[in-house]
Amino acid sequence: MSLGIARPLPQELVDVQAEMEALAAGYGLDFFETIFEMVDYEEMSMLAAYGGFPIRYPHWRFGAQYEELSRGYSYGLQKIYEMVINTDPCYAYLLNNNELVDQKLVIAHVYGHCDFFKCNAWFGGTNRRMLDQMANHAARVNRYIDRYGYEKVEEFIDACLSLEDLIDPHSVHIRRREESQTGPRSQLHRPSEEETSSGRFPSKNYMEEFINPPDVLRKQAEDKARKHRELSESRRFPDDPQRDVLLFLLEHAPLDEWQHDLLAIIRDEAYYFAPQGQTKIMNEGWASYWHSTLMTRHGLTDSELVCYAEHHSGTMASSPNRLNPYKLGIELFRDIEDRWNKGQFGPEWEQCDDLVAKEKWDRQVGLGREKIFEVRRIHNDLTFIDTFLTTDFCARQKMFSFAFNESAEQYEIASREFVQIKQQLLAALTNHGRPFIYLVDGNHKNRGELYLSHDYQGIELKQDEAHDTLINLHKLWSRPVHIETVVDDEPTVLSWDGHSHEVTQK
Amino acid sequence: MSRSIDRDNQRFRSIVRGKVRQNLRKYITNGEMIGRKGRELVSIPVPNIDIPHFRHGDKGSGGVGQGEGDVGQPVGGRPGDGDGKGQAGDQPGAHLREVEISLDELAQMLGEELELPNVQPKGAENLKSVKSKYNSIRQTGPNSLRHFKRTYKQALKRMIAAKEYDPRRPMILPNREDERFRSWNDVSLPVANAAIVYIMDVSGSMTDDQKDIVRTEAFWIDTWLRRQYDGLQRRYVVHDAVAHEVDEDTFYRIRESGGTRISSAYEKTVQILERDFPPADWNLYVFQFSDGDNWGDDTNRCNQLLTEYMLPICNLFCYGQVHSPYGSGEFIKKLQPLGEEWENLILSDIPDHDAIYDSIKLFLGTGR
Repeated sequence: MSLGIARPLPQELVDVQAEMEALAAGYGLDFFETIFEMVDYEEMSMLAAYGGFPIRYPHWRFGAQYEELSRGYSYGLQKIYEMVINTDPCYAYLLNNNELVDQKLVIAHVYGHCDFFKCNAWFGGTNRRMLDQMANHAARVNRYIDRYGYEKVEEFIDACLSLEDLIDPHSVHIRRREESQTGPRSQLHRPSEEETSSGRFPSKNYMEEFINPPDVLRKQAEDKARKHRELSESRRFPDDPQRDVLLFLLEHAPLDEWQHDLLAIIRDEAYYFAPQGQTKIMNEGWASYWHSTLMTRHGLTDSELVCYAEHHSGTMASSPNRLNPYKLGIELFRDIEDRWNKGQFGPEWEQCDDLVAKEKWDRQVGLGREKIFEVRRIHNDLTFIDTFLTTDFCARQKMFSFAFNESAEQYEIASREFVQIKQQLLAALTNHGRPFIYLVDGNHKNRGELYLSHDYQGIELKQDEAHDTLINLHKLWSRPVHIETVVDDEPTVLSWDGHSHEVTQK
Repeated sequence: MSRSIDRDNQRFRSIVRGKVRQNLRKYITNGEMIGRKGRELVSIPVPNIDIPHFRHGDKGSGGVGQGEGDVGQPVGGRPGDGDGKGQAGDQPGAHLREVEISLDELAQMLGEELELPNVQPKGAENLKSVKSKYNSIRQTGPNSLRHFKRTYKQALKRMIAAKEYDPRRPMILPNREDERFRSWNDVSLPVANAAIVYIMDVSGSMTDDQKDIVRTEAFWIDTWLRRQYDGLQRRYVVHDAVAHEVDEDTFYRIRESGGTRISSAYEKTVQILERDFPPADWNLYVFQFSDGDNWGDDTNRCNQLLTEYMLPICNLFCYGQVHSPYGSGEFIKKLQPLGEEWENLILSDIPDHDAIYDSIKLFLGTGR
């Protein structure tokens, strides 16, 4: 599929690509066919704003992103070297005025990404034909715009996007419930068994009074009615709290057909992009590991060394208030490789208290390369950090945790203790640093109101934004909506009924 | 080539402009955009326009960083800045987006917001500006102006006349004589010119705060009148007991002390008007700002200069009186009888920044 804007590679880059591809494959990287295209910066900004896809549905936020990127570039603040998307075949875009050494590095880097996309388990459920799917989404949205008007569609998309992170990223890999046979909407009207059977035994006429005594029957009927009443009073809907709020809305919100379709589109795309958020550190670390390996061992010529070093160190730069995923990822992969090469793992290593022995520990087992390939296959950022972050590593990388100091109204270094750092890092990675929101009740107070719950883990919601999000949720649900959370250390319910906000302490 | 991203970008920009329009009153009164004025564009800080999500606030949040430093040392900035994926927020100060808006567009918004009438200029028939209009055809010219259709027709005519044209093989070969080029004529358009004289009292009783009000108000008046006239000239006069003509920069920065004689400024203004702007050709505007303190019997002289020289020739004479802790605020009362007599004398009392909005409306709402 041609993207219409891109130009084919010049011959010297075709050669570089062939070289890098052969080298990468030689190291055991496993990737889809990768197609490189040259774009200028405007086009690169556009692709980046579109999340890597040449065709997306019309929406102003892409325009906002584009403006930021292209302005950032023209002011010399930032530059995107490459863009690669998770599809089969894999498409990668190169910036056309990069120097040759930059292009080499970037091509090597891209092969790292491609391998990761193909082999990492968390990407297993993604649609590899997303290029087509995105174009299809765009066509559908454009059709609705033609039919219902730009602003109406835009307003609805805005409302959906406001909720786009209310999905269940793990549901791709687990079956949470039986797929309903009859399609989603009919669930509401499932006739209950109690209504159909009456508890009466078959009998001959003259025996009726004895086999089915009227008073017993009456009592049974009353019991049943009571039970039924109790059940329906106590029963919440859905039965268990549900993370995929979007799915619930798709199934139960009173939406028009076009709205239903738009919401499905937003949800689809949210699920497609979710694994990239879950594996940022690993993905960038893995790609950096491979560009570094391929370039320093094979690709570089003498004259390119300084340029390469500058580019590489620029990418790896860390700052106090932002952990660089490239840096953390590559260092952790190298640390794992080193440890497994020297055999620094297993019970014997864990139980060894002799620091000197640990320092010199080298069993020459040489399992490093094999281990990192395994790691890139099965882990995501959360489990990666949880499993492989060590005290030594934190100290070597000068890591610290910081926290918001309310009295000083600024972020301050809170600790250099391994336990705190790890805890903080895991907290930030869990659910991509977003709050856990569950859908608890779709028929709150038996009045069809929607009740969400924020699983409070010590960080409160940003209230003004939560209010605005509730307003958007209400646009979909059209009955009052609530979210249970914690405000100023008190359990609180925020509500929006379509006209006014309400904040009630529980 | 038109790209889909341009459409999204346009849409985004119009949303931003909508925001600016909504908050125009705030922008008018706080004056922060004046410092951001370029030649044609003003950049305006707009709170980030974003889609709301359920997300974490600052309280209890934190993160992990890398580098030197002891416990308790501030890490600076906001975590996630520049990443776009971190915990971005829109607290005051953070994540402001600068939007560039042309002065023309800003004036249009101002006009709509304040419901300002367009100015009816005088003297339009007197001044001409020459403009080129491409509305004719010549046989010579640069290739960039070649009129393809006419050239084609001409060649076709010639070939048919010369019986060179073969309908089965309709090939047209224009030669040098067939070529036609677009050409222009000079059209003279009537233009209305305007001049503004700003007068400010810089005597000791005017504080920085008052000057800031003047600055803000002058900016908006400029913006509006610039839209109304093609050529706008500005002159600045400052005065205490004596008056000086100064440039724009000095006008806003100068700090003097001493007494106040408003008539000195009027005399200076009359001089400028007579020297540079013959009233027959120019639309004249005078805006005076003062705290209303004047030297004893000087007010009579002022009245005389106003009624004899300025009011007869000016489109508008506007007097804005700011409140200073030292001024007596008498002058506006003295002018009031004149204001009833002359329609083009506008008086406005500007106690604080919030009053700027109404004051501008008062000054420019006359449509003169």
